[in-house]
Amino acid sequence: MFIKLFYTLRTYGVPVSTRELLDLNAALDQGLMMQTHPENPELSTFASRDDMYRLIRLCMVKDERHFDKFDRAMSDYFEGVDSLDMDELLAKLTDIPKEWLDLKLDPKNLTEEQRRLLKKYGSLEELMKALEERLKEQKERHQGGSKWVGTGGTSPFGAYGDHPEGVRVGGESRKRSAAKVWEQRKYRNLDDDSQLGTRQIQMALRNLRQFARTGSADELDIHETIKRTAKKGVLDIHMQAERRNRVKVLMLFDVGGSMDVHVEALEKLFSAARNEFKTLEFFYFHNCLYDYVWKDNNRRHSAPMPTYELLNKYGREYRVIFVGDASMSPYELMTVGGSVEYMNNEAGIVWLKRVLEHFDKVAWLNPEAPSYWQYTQTIVEIKKIFDNKMYPMTLHGVEEMTNYMAR
Amino acid sequence: MTTTDKTKKSFTGTQSYIATDDLQLAVNAAMTLQKPLLIKGEPGTGKTLLAEEVAESLGMPLITWHIKSTTKAEQGLYEYDAVSRLRDSQLGDDKVYEIGNYIKPGKLWDAFTSNERSVLLIDEIDKADIEFPNDLLHELDKMSFYVYETGETITAAQRPVVIITSNNEKELPDAFLRRCFFHYIDFPEEDTMRQIIDVHFPNIQEKLVNDALDIFYKLRNVQGLKKPPSTSELVDWLTLLLADDMAQAELEENLRGEKSIPPLYGALLKNEADVNLLQRFANMMRR
Repeated sequence: MFIKLFYTLRTYGVPVSTRELLDLNAALDQGLMMQTHPENPELSTFASRDDMYRLIRLCMVKDERHFDKFDRAMSDYFEGVDSLDMDELLAKLTDIPKEWLDLKLDPKNLTEEQRRLLKKYGSLEELMKALEERLKEQKERHQGGSKWVGTGGTSPFGAYGDHPEGVRVGGESRKRSAAKVWEQRKYRNLDDDSQLGTRQIQMALRNLRQFARTGSADELDIHETIKRTAKKGVLDIHMQAERRNRVKVLMLFDVGGSMDVHVEALEKLFSAARNEFKTLEFFYFHNCLYDYVWKDNNRRHSAPMPTYELLNKYGREYRVIFVGDASMSPYELMTVGGSVEYMNNEAGIVWLKRVLEHFDKVAWLNPEAPSYWQYTQTIVEIKKIFDNKMYPMTLHGVEEMTNYMAR
Repeated sequence: MTTTDKTKKSFTGTQSYIATDDLQLAVNAAMTLQKPLLIKGEPGTGKTLLAEEVAESLGMPLITWHIKSTTKAEQGLYEYDAVSRLRDSQLGDDKVYEIGNYIKPGKLWDAFTSNERSVLLIDEIDKADIEFPNDLLHELDKMSFYVYETGETITAAQRPVVIITSNNEKELPDAFLRRCFFHYIDFPEEDTMRQIIDVHFPNIQEKLVNDALDIFYKLRNVQGLKKPPSTSELVDWLTLLLADDMAQAELEENLRGEKSIPPLYGALLKNEADVNLLQRFANMMRR
């Protein structure tokens, strides 16, 4: 039972395995969903849909971060509404000026017949394809009418409109009756990709550790002492060094320009990293890495550190984390003399490759939302150079990065 | 259907603890399928209290294992006191020949060997090292473990009801999560909150509850509080308010906007920065 639900959940990215499916079936088998009539067992009824929802969630979801995905999957499963590509779609629509989507008209209520007459698009993919074409054609703000993207119309694209298969673009849903639990989507802000606090980042960074006993032997090794004492017959004390996290981290921060909007997020990341790693080195660069970096933003011109020196000083065992939006003009990355600040003799890409070659593990943390990455040429390019080791600066992204780096 | 008599008893909350429908279902499912129940939720929503209330309402003994950052998984099973044995051997005590004398049972051992079915609370599992949950996988799954020193296997005669709480400070490993049921205690909505107040203060005046809840929910909506007050803070605050007539009068002034900070705010806000924030916020509102 529930095979289709199981795969729907997986499609929506809720991590479920066979075990959860079996648990759910076991729970039903045990009669958990039967409401036993106190006197006459014949009169027992099946529990309500809300109870069913609760039981499925209890068995299938193991973290409140997945509640929102779960709710969307349930709504899809029970209603056949495919909201899966909504985010992708919204990302595509960021090119449209916001005012096009502003609400002006009252929502129309079409008759059944009008609805039937409306052109039906077969699948979501076709709808998306059509949307892309429309976007290409469309030049102006649009409202009402039945073709262009805008608000209040009967085109399948836009908000507050009425089309049987419409894709909602911006604005709150009005046509839907939000009676069911899973449509309230009240766990949205617990989702994986919300912004993170320092403590959470620190916990995520904690995965990155390599324990080793180093330093002076100042801890009593009880097991070894007992073993030796038993062997010799007299007390033979053995000491050992304390177990320490000896991972070494080098962080390179992009500062200034387009990074200014991310300052708060960077501060959190930085303070978390400083608390977590005993050996942490950090330097700054602007937009792209060239032949020098600096440590103090006020003295960047008086106390630069040549990148070559950086490569010499820090051994390959250092884990290197670039933090930046990787958004720049392609010239800054690809050509000699492309830097906005000075005449660089070698292209930024050459320096990036040098760093990648020197260190064992290098990753890039990007504060931009991943849905925007594909629209910036240099992000795509740098991601390629980094062998896809570019992670979004969310809890999930930091976790994935540390998992990669700890390996 | 293989429902046993033991599991027929079901949990419906107690006189002093309001359990929502979801929570009741979660507890009953975990008991029926004999799987651990992982409870998360904002601090102060009654995670730890749940285990105590389940134990009390079903008449089972409660065994509590508080987890700290230094707690190791093996400590829950048993500890082998090698140092005592070493000392006894030097003193020539005869006890030393029986290794069992130096095995101290842990909480899991206690729960497994309990005469009746017990409730085992593993409190704040997220405080321990990230490897901690992984070390308990088999023990919680099979409800048995092997004692190396004596070669015996401890198996649960009656599988305890295991309730695990977490404050989300660490990610729990997937393998561990798969073995648990998961329930997230939502912050109570106003109706539930009234029920909770009713169980705690059966004779409280309607008006005081209205006023207090009004301020309480307003306070929770203030943006940027480090620790918004939760249920347990509200209950403490009401206890104080009830004992203090002056404060009740002040409460009304507060609602009329004549005073900026609620009386006895120390029970609601635990953080100096939050109090300052509220003061600034209130001053801004008055202007």
